[in-house]
Amino acid sequence: MATPLIEFKDVSKRFNDKTVLERVNLQIYEREVTTIIGLSGTGKTVLLKHIIGLLKPDEGTILFRGTPLEKIRRRDLPMSYMFQGNALFDSMTVYENVALPLEETTNLGRAEIRRRVMARLEQMELADAVHKYPSEISGGMQKRVALARALVTDPQIVLFDEPTTGQDPVRKNAILGMIAQYQRTFGFTAVLVSHEIPDVYFISNRILALYGKRIVFQGTPEEFEDFEHPFKEEVVHSLEGLQRELTGLHSRRQFKIRYQGQLRGGALGDSYAVAVFTLEGLDDVAAHLGHDASQEALRSLGVFLGRHFGAIGGFSTRHSINEYVTVLPSTDRAEAEGIVAEYVHDLQAQEQAILDIWAAAQKRSRSDACVELTMLAGLAQGRPDEDIDSVIARARQAQQVVSRIRCINEGDGK
Amino acid sequence: MTPDTSPEHASRRPPVRWLTDPFAALGRRAMRWVDNLGASTIFVSLAVAKIFRPRQFMKILEQLWLIGAGSVPIIMLVGLFTGMVLGLQSYHALVKFGSQGALGTLVALSLIRELGPVLTAIMITARAGSAITAEIGSQRISEQIDALGTMRIDPLRYLISPRVAASIISFPLLTAIFDVIGIIGGYISGVILLGVNAGTYLYRIEASVDLKDVTDGFVKAIVFAVIVTTVCCYQGYFAHMRTDSYGARAIGRSTTAAVVISCVLILIADYVVTSLLI
Repeated sequence: MATPLIEFKDVSKRFNDKTVLERVNLQIYEREVTTIIGLSGTGKTVLLKHIIGLLKPDEGTILFRGTPLEKIRRRDLPMSYMFQGNALFDSMTVYENVALPLEETTNLGRAEIRRRVMARLEQMELADAVHKYPSEISGGMQKRVALARALVTDPQIVLFDEPTTGQDPVRKNAILGMIAQYQRTFGFTAVLVSHEIPDVYFISNRILALYGKRIVFQGTPEEFEDFEHPFKEEVVHSLEGLQRELTGLHSRRQFKIRYQGQLRGGALGDSYAVAVFTLEGLDDVAAHLGHDASQEALRSLGVFLGRHFGAIGGFSTRHSINEYVTVLPSTDRAEAEGIVAEYVHDLQAQEQAILDIWAAAQKRSRSDACVELTMLAGLAQGRPDEDIDSVIARARQAQQVVSRIRCINEGDGK
Repeated sequence: MTPDTSPEHASRRPPVRWLTDPFAALGRRAMRWVDNLGASTIFVSLAVAKIFRPRQFMKILEQLWLIGAGSVPIIMLVGLFTGMVLGLQSYHALVKFGSQGALGTLVALSLIRELGPVLTAIMITARAGSAITAEIGSQRISEQIDALGTMRIDPLRYLISPRVAASIISFPLLTAIFDVIGIIGGYISGVILLGVNAGTYLYRIEASVDLKDVTDGFVKAIVFAVIVTTVCCYQGYFAHMRTDSYGARAIGRSTTAAVVISCVLILIADYVVTSLLI
């Protein structure tokens, strides 16, 4: 495996008599999104502050590309940090807050600084708040200002300390989507501390589980699903119960439990159908109308999907950032095709709600861009002796376009 | 179990705690004081060294406006009434000896050598020093100073150095304003209200005040500037390290401590500097 970008070797940290981290070992790899999960007050922020150098370990070593962190000057560490409480300068305007790192650490001219800052603020839908002070804007906007400030210097590593705290479900997913999109666009390494389980899995390449002062798991979200440890019961399951806010659908784990339960109880029948729905164009919607608009569309379609298939005994989950999976028990392929066709037909009514959201977003962002969201659907027949993941993979391969939602541009009458 | 009352055991027993505890507490306090003294010396030395880094000019100008220009009205007001009351009291003391002609000398030397630097420093501590502690303390508690560190901006260079530089520049200038306005105040009460001869008042000032008096006053002002900004910035910068309080209360206590410590140190330093210069 590649050399870790950041590596903790037997790191311990104590505050007075209280041990917060005890012989912690972990690896963070370049250009990945790594998420640290754990209960509140277990030292996740302490761990993050060790990476940026705000705290020093009592024992152990932290390596950056194989070199101990204490041997590297801080100005040579291409890192940014987004604080849990934002840490915005309350006596400065939004513009001044975002411009500060460029003004103080680069030799860029005023015009170039202005161009970069305004570009970031527009990406974050903050163009209207440029001259406002942090106390004059909402908590969600403050979060986005902090995110803009963290990204304005184009850092190689960005540390996010609970970036979605205090946000509503749509905004939480919008922020996570934003992080994922920027990570793909700019290619930085992202390290997140988050409670948003399972939503955070969709954007993470690796999960680190902090439990009992140690890292008890490191691996991919898929590997984490099979991880058996008291941590899962105490932390993940309790958080998952609270995390169906966006779409109202099952989490992936709950989905699998229900699938296994129905399989064992024979409720799935001799054969069942799996439908995989993928939304394409979410990034385009986010880029032109904002991340809120893309998440609203995602939420709206997810809620409708759950309601539609739930009424006929099906159950669904959000399988990845833009993909929904539905299981239709005791249904053969022909029946399933009819049900999906009916769903697509009913979706036409739902389209208007999404177009209304977009129209509002267009007005907010003063954009006349016309965006398109494409829904693909694929079906596969499953048997009780077959692994659900392979059925999902077959359904994914069979996907074809079933619906396109295109916004109306009032300006040119399209 | 029977207690061991042997002489050997008695000698091993810890001394009576009520006897030792006050000394232990005093020792801890002394250690903490020495610790803070060392830390604040390093703190201000680093801040002074970083005054001459790039991008400091505008920040120093901004602090000059806040600490210096912003304090002019209050310094003028206090200077005027200090001079007036000094003129009034001195006149009634001198008139008993028939020496009211020496009023100008008394007012000018008192103001230039002592009252000017000391009262100016105390007034700036009350007005700007407390604001410095509260502002920096609030930035510390809300993680704004940590945020500077994560943005690779040196908090000492960005926050402390401009304030130290602005204080070193503005304290002597404000002291000069205080002295001049105080002498005018003495003129108002002594000459205009009590009838001392105007020519005598001004001549005595000119004859008795040396350049050394003025420069000694400025030396004191610079020493006070370093003391006040060090104490006020240090108290705010380390407000989160207080063990007696947290959050907003820590800022409040740090501000109180900054003002009290600054005022006490101004008076102590005044004696020390005077004894060295005299």
